[in-house]
Amino acid sequence: MSTEQNLMAGGMDYDALLSRGVREMRPSGIRRFFDLAAEMPHCISLGVGEPDFKTPWNIRDAAIRSLEMGRTRYTANAGLKELREEITVYLRRRMGLTYDPKEILVTVGGSEAIDAAIRALVSPGDEVIIPEPCFVCYEPITVLTGGVPVHIATKAEEGFRLTKEALAAAISPRTKLLVLPFPNNPTGAVMDADDLEEIASVLRGTNIMVLSDEIYAELTYGSARHVSIATLPGMRERTIVVNGFSKTYAMTGWRLGYAAGPGPVIKSMTKIHQSCIMSAPTTSQYAAISALKFADEEVAAMRDEYNRRRRYVVSKLRGMGLPCFEPLGAFYVFPYIGGFGMTSEEFCEALLKEEEVAIIPGDAFGKNGEGYARISYAYSVEHLRTAMERLQHFIERRR
Amino acid sequence: MEEFLRFIEKNPLMPLEDVAVMLDRTPEETAALYDEANAKGYIRGYEALVDYEEAGITRVEAFIELHVTPRKSCGFDEIGGSIAAFPEVDSVLLMSGGYDLLVHIKGRSFQEIALFVAKRLSPLDDVLSTSTSFLLRTYKRGGRLFGTEETDEREWTLL
Repeated sequence: MSTEQNLMAGGMDYDALLSRGVREMRPSGIRRFFDLAAEMPHCISLGVGEPDFKTPWNIRDAAIRSLEMGRTRYTANAGLKELREEITVYLRRRMGLTYDPKEILVTVGGSEAIDAAIRALVSPGDEVIIPEPCFVCYEPITVLTGGVPVHIATKAEEGFRLTKEALAAAISPRTKLLVLPFPNNPTGAVMDADDLEEIASVLRGTNIMVLSDEIYAELTYGSARHVSIATLPGMRERTIVVNGFSKTYAMTGWRLGYAAGPGPVIKSMTKIHQSCIMSAPTTSQYAAISALKFADEEVAAMRDEYNRRRRYVVSKLRGMGLPCFEPLGAFYVFPYIGGFGMTSEEFCEALLKEEEVAIIPGDAFGKNGEGYARISYAYSVEHLRTAMERLQHFIERRR
Repeated sequence: MEEFLRFIEKNPLMPLEDVAVMLDRTPEETAALYDEANAKGYIRGYEALVDYEEAGITRVEAFIELHVTPRKSCGFDEIGGSIAAFPEVDSVLLMSGGYDLLVHIKGRSFQEIALFVAKRLSPLDDVLSTSTSFLLRTYKRGGRLFGTEETDEREWTLL
């Protein structure tokens, strides 16, 4: 709506009212694309960013039991003590990270943990380094705080990893925070211990914090398990680990995540959290205790299934002649679609209109995602087969 | 072999080269597993999960609980095998619990099934009693929901 229309609508000038930060947030460029897909009832979507599995039953059952027991009040601001203790047990057991429950903040999804971390650290003018392509929330939250996003373009030929050289070149005296989003949405890239050591070697001795978004930590498919940068010498004190229950336990709708980090930072994040949120949903917190204690087998089964689908989709895309980086984490494939004389958005829109298959243009995840598209494989095998057949028809017609 | 069989059970129509990719095996290994599974009778056949109600076709199914006399020499195998030999019978299962054999029969009418029980099953020497229950509606079969289609309610997100 233009300023003129706003003024006509009741005499209010909303443009003048809205905060500078909100006005500076980039609008999503693919809203029109989503709207188009929504009008196609037979559209096969590969666009979602959440598991197709249902939350394992024992987790749902724990939530139901908590309701039956009448546990419906606020919890402690930082989260149920039992849950924070279980999170520390889990982080030690699965990630080799040692935290005290006082160094844990339970949040409304990993997203709130990211928001609280950025707001706790970034003042106007501070720079936040964000490797791209990446999850879309880091930049707008940074802009809202008055911070300055500094993007680093990761490259397919470097496995979409952040390199020591690129990081060193991006650091300035105003750098406050590095966002480290691995395993990565949308590329599926992971960073192993050696890659992380390179990054750590640049950061040690600086006063820069790392926001390590490890929401996909349990969904890795290589021979090596996920490594948290906080396990490296000298990095625990300069890292906020963000994780959550959405992707690992198929609990997206429960809205539960957490941050683990140095006491003073977590304490400040908790101050923000208690003012804005009070406490994360109580029912979800009881469910999460059960998830951490009893759902390892279910998580392993989901991981195996994602892995089979991942191999299938990568194999099909390569079979179609689309260069496709081998994703070793999350549940996305990020093929190169730039060889058809179309932008990513044009490619995805034509695919949608001609074959009714919806994938997400890579530039939605940052400028250097241009030329790529994100394909989610959080779908049944039959769904993926149909989508791959249609994509193949589309590509054959263009060759 | 176990992983292969579990996968094939759920994805019987998938081309073997795709099965190989998904199970992280070579096409040759997968073809060998497939041949072995068929040759040794691990795979007994394939069937479609047909929703006759949805197709508007009348189809009658019944589950018959049998009490039988086991034989000293071969237990329930002889009588189980005899009943399995009837072409009308879809499956015969030896059960624990309140009865011995569960027989599943598909027919065109209630009468056809009732006559089969009365004339073919009940007269068998080893059959002590039968209890026939007719299927009224299928909600789920072979892991698939019947009647109600589960819709994907997930929203598109960049998350």
